[in-house]
Amino acid sequence: MSQQAILEMRSITKNFPGVKALSDVSFSVAPGEIHCLVGENGAGKSTLMKVLSGVYPHGTFEGDIVYNGTPQRFRGIADSEKAGIAIIYQELALVPEMTVYENILLGNEIRRGLRIDWNETIKRAKEALARVKLDVDPEAKVKDLGVGKQQLVEIAKALSRDAKLLILDEPTAALNESDCDNLLEIIQGLKRHGVTSIMISHKLKEVIRIADTVTVLRDGKTICTLSAGRGEVTEPALINHMVGREIDDVFPKRAHVRSDEVVFEAKGWNAYDPKLGRAVLRDVSFNVKRGEIVGFAGLMGSGRTELARSLFGNPDGYRVSGELYLEGKSARFDSPTAAIRSGLAYATEDRKGNGLVLIQDVRQNITLANLRALAARGVIDENAEIKVANQYRESLHIKTPSIDQKVVNLSGGNQQKVSVAKWLYAGPRLLILDEPTRGIDVGAKYEIYTIMNGLVERGMSIIMISSELPEVLGMSDRVYVVSQGRVTGELPVAEADQETIMRMATS
Amino acid sequence: MLFKDLKKALGANVRDYGMFIALFVIMAFFTITTKGLFISSQNISNLLNQTGYIAVLAVGMTLVIVVRHIDLSVGFLAGFLGAVGAIGLSAWHLPAFVVIPMVLALGVLAGLATAFLVAKLGIPSFVASLAGWLIYRGALLLVTRKAGTIIIDNPTFNAIGNGYIPDIFPEFMLFEGMHKLTLLLGMVAVVWFVLKSLRDRKNKQAYGFDVLPTGVFVIKLVFISLILLAIVWNLAGYNGLSWTMVIVLAVVFIYDFVTRHTVLGRHIYAVGGNPEAAELSGISVKKIVFTVFASMGMLSALSGILFSSYLASASPQAGTLFELDAIAAAYIGGVSAAGGVGKVTGSLIGAIVYMTLTSGMNLMGTDMALQYVVRGAVLALAVIFDVQTRKVRR
Repeated sequence: MSQQAILEMRSITKNFPGVKALSDVSFSVAPGEIHCLVGENGAGKSTLMKVLSGVYPHGTFEGDIVYNGTPQRFRGIADSEKAGIAIIYQELALVPEMTVYENILLGNEIRRGLRIDWNETIKRAKEALARVKLDVDPEAKVKDLGVGKQQLVEIAKALSRDAKLLILDEPTAALNESDCDNLLEIIQGLKRHGVTSIMISHKLKEVIRIADTVTVLRDGKTICTLSAGRGEVTEPALINHMVGREIDDVFPKRAHVRSDEVVFEAKGWNAYDPKLGRAVLRDVSFNVKRGEIVGFAGLMGSGRTELARSLFGNPDGYRVSGELYLEGKSARFDSPTAAIRSGLAYATEDRKGNGLVLIQDVRQNITLANLRALAARGVIDENAEIKVANQYRESLHIKTPSIDQKVVNLSGGNQQKVSVAKWLYAGPRLLILDEPTRGIDVGAKYEIYTIMNGLVERGMSIIMISSELPEVLGMSDRVYVVSQGRVTGELPVAEADQETIMRMATS
Repeated sequence: MLFKDLKKALGANVRDYGMFIALFVIMAFFTITTKGLFISSQNISNLLNQTGYIAVLAVGMTLVIVVRHIDLSVGFLAGFLGAVGAIGLSAWHLPAFVVIPMVLALGVLAGLATAFLVAKLGIPSFVASLAGWLIYRGALLLVTRKAGTIIIDNPTFNAIGNGYIPDIFPEFMLFEGMHKLTLLLGMVAVVWFVLKSLRDRKNKQAYGFDVLPTGVFVIKLVFISLILLAIVWNLAGYNGLSWTMVIVLAVVFIYDFVTRHTVLGRHIYAVGGNPEAAELSGISVKKIVFTVFASMGMLSALSGILFSSYLASASPQAGTLFELDAIAAAYIGGVSAAGGVGKVTGSLIGAIVYMTLTSGMNLMGTDMALQYVVRGAVLALAVIFDVQTRKVRR
């Protein structure tokens, strides 16, 4: 096998500060095959592909990459591209304001003297477009194409550089069904022309349809490699290998205070994103009871964050419809301010990007959402503010030299606690936590879980959005599964298991 | 031991002290090269009066840059509104106490107009305010077309830019020839500063925050008090505090208070630091942008009043390049282009540094061409210093 492999990655280990993203991963691809890479979020798939394509240059990881029989030392994407490896990211790397042909030859311009030879450029672009069977005007601007066609332009771009190995990172995540079909056919067509593809996908049906070989990663390790030829690629087998882990005792116990009083309810909630030009949520209905932690499971991009943001004052300007009820009364929030006033709170998934003001200190971040409570006629009572901040620092065990410390200097876990403190100080009835433990270590996770338990025991309700199934199962009272903007299942936690959720999430 | 503490404190706060040190060095340089002419009471008094109209713009610009925008229209807006005031006073013979609020209100309206383009319609502030720059320039030319330069004959109004606060006990024996009220106010300011510093320190200690070591703290107090007294002594040797200085100090005091101690101030810095996080924390980014531009408009009007009063006239060239001077002053004063960082007091010092260069080089008889080069170099140095010291902290 290893002799005929076009690509072999041996014992790849990649460390990030505090996290081992890949540990001793081996991965081998035969020429001309479609090789799928599957695993839960955070299993290490994207990291592995970034190692391969040179995003993480040689020397920042351990292990060897052998491509076409020779060991490679890529110092950057330019090196791997030269070798014939092209990576196509989930977020497309096209320039929307440029034309299709400009994009295809971008960074690879055909020169004649000092000038660009546009005629030759357009000719080459047309050839590349023909290979992906894309019938668009090469002079159209990329922004005027649908996402599916943009995806194909990206592939055409890779092919125009004689890519022999194509890496596709969740290529169908943003596509509708017919675009998906088309893309998969194109990939199969390329295979007949000798192009090897590695595809990362969360959609198991797709994987089963086109994969020759599947490698499953879990927790940064290779779990197994399955061959379609030997009939090993089946949905139960994939799911089993993907999750196959016991929930260890990382979740603190709590007394379940059952209450039937519904605090928040959504009925037939829809959201349409005018910027993307497609619906991000369709007919979503759910409810949250007092003192309950409701888990929202699903894969990345399934619409859970969009759901939270559309409820929390809709800052993205989605066109929304449907009904919301807060404590039985019909409600609608036109801005985050209105949502906060009504008792909602939303701790974002991206703490650094849109959760905290990193250059400000712990104290200023904690009081930001409820400063008016500390002010008389607009002037802040700073002594009272210091007391408040110190209270939360103690009760949530925020590890910081002082509340005057800038948040940027805290660890991820402590940043998350600051974010939680901010929302607790706003005094919400319903707290939405989006990926509350992403990127933080086990000890800090346990503390966050303990805080959550304390809150629901005192009658608060929590919506927890999480991509980590063990967390969903360990913390929730009830679980909703979201897939492609719809709720595809509702389960009491007693009836939920990882396999069931994974099946609903990939449907 | 004390020396070590001092070194550490200076090292940790080099960003805060750097500008004062720079100002000190620049002033010492000009004092030597002009054989003491620069430091003379009359020159310092003139220098501070001229700084006035740039300083108020720099204060407003600080907040505009903090919220990640820019306002290029302020120079000609100041020039135009100064001319409007001059017409009100000279052509319509309105009293100063009517004209001044009217001009300030017009400034607020102009700021709101820019904010409407920026916050409501999403036009980049650079472009929106560039349009304003053109429009106000045209408007200024239009209103001064007939008379050319409009002479202002209202003594009350002209006193703003040229008058000094009255003295008490001018015939009191001690400090003969000095401006007693200025000395008294200076003394009060020093006592207030010392008491406030002591109280803040005590408060911080009570909460267990880091404070400067006692030795360093005392040195800092003595040093700043001495500088304050030196400035006051210097000014008292001429005509004392001018009304312009009083107005600028009041503006800086109010803006410093608002930015550091009020909900509005906190919201402004949160929007600058991370607009998305601010919005999701229930702060209306739009409202903040409107407020900041309205304040900028009002301060442009104030700048126009100060300038036209200083010259006792409004000319078709009034306000030319004020916006760039104000932006330079704000950057010298430590405002960050990335948003969310910058002190109003820093911009005041930045404006003084900037005007000191102009005044000092004029006294030295430096060629205009060289003057621009020097000012540009100082601006570049200040920003390099800012960027470098910021890196060290991380």
